[in-house]
Amino acid sequence: MLSIKNLNVAINGQQILKDFNLEIKTGEVHAIMGPNGTGKSTLASTLAGKEAYEVLSGEVIFKGKDLLEMSPDERAREGVFLAFQYPVEIPGVTVTNFMKAAINAKRRHFGLDPMDAKDFLKLMRQKMELVEIKKEMMSRSLNEGFSGGEKKRNEIFQMAMLEPSLCILDETDSGLDIDALRIVANGINKLRSPERSFLVITHYQRLLNYIVPDVVHVMFGGKIVKSGGKELALELEEKGYDWIKDEVAAEA
Amino acid sequence: MTENDKIIEEVTQSDYKYGFVTNIEQEFALKGLTEDTVRFISAKKGEPEWMLEWRIKGYKAWLKMEQPHWQNVSFPNIDFQSIIYYAATKKKKKVNSLDDIDPEILATYKKLGIPIQEQKVLAGVAVDYVMDSESVITTFRESLKEKGIIFCSISEAVKDYPDLVRQYLGSVVPQRDNYYAALNSAVFSDGSFVYIPKGVRCPMELSTYFRINAENTGQFERTLIIADEGSYVSYLEGCTAPMRDENQLHAAVVELVTHDNAEIKYSTVQNWYPGDKNGKGGIYNFVTKRGLCKGVNSKISWTQVETGSAITWKYPSCILKGDNSIGEFYSVAVTNNYQQADTGTKMIHIGKNTRSRIVSKGISAGKSQNSYRGLVQIHRTADNAYNSSQCDSLLIGDRCGAHTFPYLEIKNNSGKVEHEATTSKIGEDLLFYCNQRGLSNEEAVSMIINGYCKEVFQHLPMEFAVEATKLLAISLEGSVG
Ligand SMILES: Nc1ncnc2c1ncn2[C@@H]1O[C@H](COP(=O)(O)OP(=O)(O)OP(=O)(O)O)[C@@H](O)[C@H]1O
Ligand SMILES: [Mg+2]
Repeated sequence: MLSIKNLNVAINGQQILKDFNLEIKTGEVHAIMGPNGTGKSTLASTLAGKEAYEVLSGEVIFKGKDLLEMSPDERAREGVFLAFQYPVEIPGVTVTNFMKAAINAKRRHFGLDPMDAKDFLKLMRQKMELVEIKKEMMSRSLNEGFSGGEKKRNEIFQMAMLEPSLCILDETDSGLDIDALRIVANGINKLRSPERSFLVITHYQRLLNYIVPDVVHVMFGGKIVKSGGKELALELEEKGYDWIKDEVAAEA
Repeated sequence: MTENDKIIEEVTQSDYKYGFVTNIEQEFALKGLTEDTVRFISAKKGEPEWMLEWRIKGYKAWLKMEQPHWQNVSFPNIDFQSIIYYAATKKKKKVNSLDDIDPEILATYKKLGIPIQEQKVLAGVAVDYVMDSESVITTFRESLKEKGIIFCSISEAVKDYPDLVRQYLGSVVPQRDNYYAALNSAVFSDGSFVYIPKGVRCPMELSTYFRINAENTGQFERTLIIADEGSYVSYLEGCTAPMRDENQLHAAVVELVTHDNAEIKYSTVQNWYPGDKNGKGGIYNFVTKRGLCKGVNSKISWTQVETGSAITWKYPSCILKGDNSIGEFYSVAVTNNYQQADTGTKMIHIGKNTRSRIVSKGISAGKSQNSYRGLVQIHRTADNAYNSSQCDSLLIGDRCGAHTFPYLEIKNNSGKVEHEATTSKIGEDLLFYCNQRGLSNEEAVSMIINGYCKEVFQHLPMEFAVEATKLLAISLEGSVG
């Protein structure tokens, strides 16, 4: 699904990702943990194609195609989805209209006609249930006046609607109350499938209790410094990052 | 004169006094416009003596006035000497086929979905189009005539319905109202005249598009619409295609009058040449539009979508004289590149229980400047008046500007005024978010704009709304990414 090789990325002339490598197979769930400012969101934004992030060198292959060659919207239509750490507000555009535009942009990309209204509403209803979102939400302006938790939940709703191949979740769990965390995690779990891969960025092991990852990576100083099974997350929770930093220092 | 009439006189004249300095010493070269020019125009049109006198009164008022400079726009002084006041409006270059037209313009027509035949007309290609449309117009007029509706050019009306014209012309926008209105009064070329008789609901949208003579009357257009007791009419101004016009200055006047229980809905989609990407050329659009709700329970509603012109200043206004009368103003004003717009409205409450609603949506992109200027006046006589104003600005990129100048003058404490204003921005983060959901920059902007303008568009007639949507997309094309 996704293969990142020796990726070097800078922002404002400052290098953040350093010889970053990651391989995610189709159907796998990978978690990335790591201290603040280590480059997790940078990785997510780079994969989604945000302009400010300058790729110095390296290669990213997504479903056999050169991801770095594609524009951000093309990447999205090809199936890369990023659930934002800080979703933006779009005044005057309802969730419904936004989703309609997004779905039809994707359909057009694959040579399909716009979805007819009935099918669209049906799909909406289905996906709303998945993340237990209220109907009233759909006719409000996207993210405008939404609470932090509502925004995150709405990101997962959009993910469910767009049925991407690669889901990147950037701290979707932060800001969620306990019930919301369970609901969102359940929603994500229902979207797990052999055709879909996940890259879950989080600071908290508890999310991984719900969404059990195949691999856990620890990111530090712009690269992955340790990978392991789901136990690694528990270990981090218990011991913090210092021992990893020490290990890295010892190797250097 | 009754007190009401005094107030009306006062407010109809106050445009000029309102908000700008008058102590600038200026010299105007008047070679292009003398009393003889006015006489010449009137004679050419075969006008009766009273019409000529009326024009001369306008000319004399204009002589005493100075070009206003209080708007938040800047432009070089207009050389009135270089304007040719009569034949000038036909100055269009003659072209013989579409091959001679700027491909960029043709591409725009194509995007708007305008049929080839119409494209030719718009671009000024000599075609045999009049034959077709004449028959359309004739049938159209016949069916209106049956109901007693008068819809013709103002030149025709001067000859065929002199009593109506004399009674109403200048009753809402007098000759001396302001600099450009005075100029218009002296030299107006043509325009529309509409009279809807008592109790008649005009069965179709009236549009200049259907009027013969519509061509080349743009520069100093004069429109007069009268809705008699209990009548209704919806009027559409202009056609929505980007007609390229060589004229630099457009100074139109529109007067609306509604009697008891009557309603006029006036919609405009204006997309004149805005100048090129570097701010060269383009039209100066200085318009005086005003409606008088003369009768009780009457209503005047202005809806406008402004995308064109290099400089626009216009403030469609309502004088709410009749008790319980209603004034509405719904506006979308778009500026891109180096365009400047200073638009807004005035709601003058005179009668009791009068209500007004203002919804203004400014969109600025490129290096443009977009100003909203609104006046809400509640006179001593206007018990229980109510106004609500909503003024929103949307910025695309960070080199453009939006400005809001709301003015309130309240002389009756039973009134209620609500004002709300917002500013939002289409920035990189917003676009990236949309991109990440599969939308291109253009799709994202158009989606956001449509959401933003919804409240105004829903007041436009259906087909107009569709075209307005397309126009907006076109005029903002290339403003991002
Ligand atoms: N626009 C920018 N200009 C300069 N530095 C930036 C910019 N954006 C991010 N950075 C820096 O890049 C580094 C990595 O940031 P990033 O957001 O990727 O960290 P993170 O791992 O996601 O952190 P967190 O856990 O706090 O979300 C930080 O030091 C940050 O300050
Ligand atoms: Mg982050």
